[in-house]
Amino acid sequence: MTADTKAAGPPVPVPRDPEVTGGVQPLKDDTGLRGQKKKRKKGELLPYLLILPAIVAIAAVYLYPLSKTVIMSFQDMGRRELWTGEPAPWVGLEQFTNILGDPDFWWVTFRTVVFMAICVTLTMAIGLLVALLMRRLTTWVRLALTFALIAAWSMPLMVAASIFRFMADSDYGLINTLIAKVVGEDWLGHNWYLDPIQGFGIITLLVVWGAVPFVVVTLYAALTQVPKELEEAASLDGASGYGVYKYVTWPVIKPVFTMVATLSVIWDFNVFGQIWLLRGNKPEPEYETLGLYSYSKAFESTSFSQGTAIALITVLLLSGVAVYYLRQLMKTGEVE
Amino acid sequence: MSSTTQTPQELRPDRKKSRLGFDVLGLGIALVMIFPVYWLVISALRPNHEIRSYDQTLWPSSITFDNFVRAAQQPNFGTAIQSSLIVSITAVVGGMVIATLAALAIGRFRFFGRKPLLLIMILVQMLPPTAMLIPIYAQLNAMGGIDEYWGLIVVYLVSTLPFATIMIRGFVVNIPVELEESAMVDGCTRFGAFRRVIFPLLAPGLAAASIFALVNAWNEYLFAYILINDNSKYTLNVWLMTFTTERGTDYGALMAASTMIAIPVVVFFMIIQKKMAAGLTSGAVKG
Repeated sequence: MTADTKAAGPPVPVPRDPEVTGGVQPLKDDTGLRGQKKKRKKGELLPYLLILPAIVAIAAVYLYPLSKTVIMSFQDMGRRELWTGEPAPWVGLEQFTNILGDPDFWWVTFRTVVFMAICVTLTMAIGLLVALLMRRLTTWVRLALTFALIAAWSMPLMVAASIFRFMADSDYGLINTLIAKVVGEDWLGHNWYLDPIQGFGIITLLVVWGAVPFVVVTLYAALTQVPKELEEAASLDGASGYGVYKYVTWPVIKPVFTMVATLSVIWDFNVFGQIWLLRGNKPEPEYETLGLYSYSKAFESTSFSQGTAIALITVLLLSGVAVYYLRQLMKTGEVE
Repeated sequence: MSSTTQTPQELRPDRKKSRLGFDVLGLGIALVMIFPVYWLVISALRPNHEIRSYDQTLWPSSITFDNFVRAAQQPNFGTAIQSSLIVSITAVVGGMVIATLAALAIGRFRFFGRKPLLLIMILVQMLPPTAMLIPIYAQLNAMGGIDEYWGLIVVYLVSTLPFATIMIRGFVVNIPVELEESAMVDGCTRFGAFRRVIFPLLAPGLAAASIFALVNAWNEYLFAYILINDNSKYTLNVWLMTFTTERGTDYGALMAASTMIAIPVVVFFMIIQKKMAAGLTSGAVKG
């Protein structure tokens, strides 16, 4: 399960946590050596005992369900099998041929990818610009901005969604009031969700607003690692502001930027809660992304196998991104 | 006036001016970022007739706690707080124990399968929620775990594990092995060395990891919604939905309830804010 954009998101805490940034500096410590010394000293049973509970727990709640997802995708599990416990019949690749042959699926996939691309681009662009701006601020302004970012970051997803739902409400929403002041009275009562493009505009606002703080805080931390002397030397040697950025600043923050961007791709691809909550727990078909599509197949049409098959396709689509992320982590020596 | 004295004087105001431009921009962004939070609090505090109005004003005419009263009188408010507390705290305590053990193993020992394990922990966090949700629902349904706290507790506990393990490991590797070894030379058992030396040093890290885990469990919504159908066992997040009925949404009460749910999270966030920054720079995930 993946985290949504928030520090919370679904169960998983990946979210926008600082962990990602560990890669900021190639911290050299000699624990590796010490560890190796250890290895020779003791017959190692203890580490396995220590880690056993974690392995069991992760196997039970992640790996077992994941294998169930795979198995169920080749079966036909419906409401009856769920409640009676009867074994679901095997249907081979039928679920997949049904899904891939359904134009709806391709529309949903297209929508998911476009939505993800827009959210990631906006989040990363705004995040980078604000992080760069933070270095040029007077201390108290920077503190104020940090405070605002942390306050936005700490809003629980459910609360954030409620706020945006209220602000974009057709009758009592602030957005309509403000626009009506400019455009005219007939804007009052405008329903943002009739047109999915406008609806996704509001959803994008919510997602980007929730995601920017993490990106700024992380990139800003990376920027503090850029040696001031190097930048000064470059500008003394006649580099323009952009030149300094391109040749000195960017190379330092690039690994962190790449990792945050990769994580954003994964998170925004899996956006679920924001759409779900803004559409009052019943997103219309035009609002379905892959996660919601899988959910509605499973729980609304009670074809659990269709749901898992779609989820499995999503996992496969994302696995490329995940592998790329892991390679980045390995490169920065994160997983040692 | 000679030009030599003039140049430095002109340079400085110039620099100030450019800073001022950035500062104004920075303040503008701060306002945009904080505005939804402001809107949440101010809507919770303003009279209901102002909320149910076509003409929303940026500033309330008067302050009232009526919305909070209505939110608190909403059915199941008390049980929702109770559910959220039971589920989050149990999950966090259990999660921290298991995560600390695992972090010690990963941070202190080199053993076969250590790296793959770490990779798995990172990978599982990227799985889409629905890939887990459907089989977990089916499994809990078969085991009678729907509508029970334990089902949700297990899910929350494990979902905080990978992250907490990786985070605590970062703190473990920063504690010199020599400390532990010298305690053992002085006669401590391995467990004694952990309890007397490692644990006290690890405490701040554990606190930070627990807060993260707590916030995540407190904020989780989807699993709580699917796995708990009994409205006397709703967690706070699911309970928030009860403000929306067919007749519309009671936004005033919803905003007041949301404020109450958000306050503990904001407080915790502000507490660990320093830790987060420290974690960022000291390589909280180094090992």
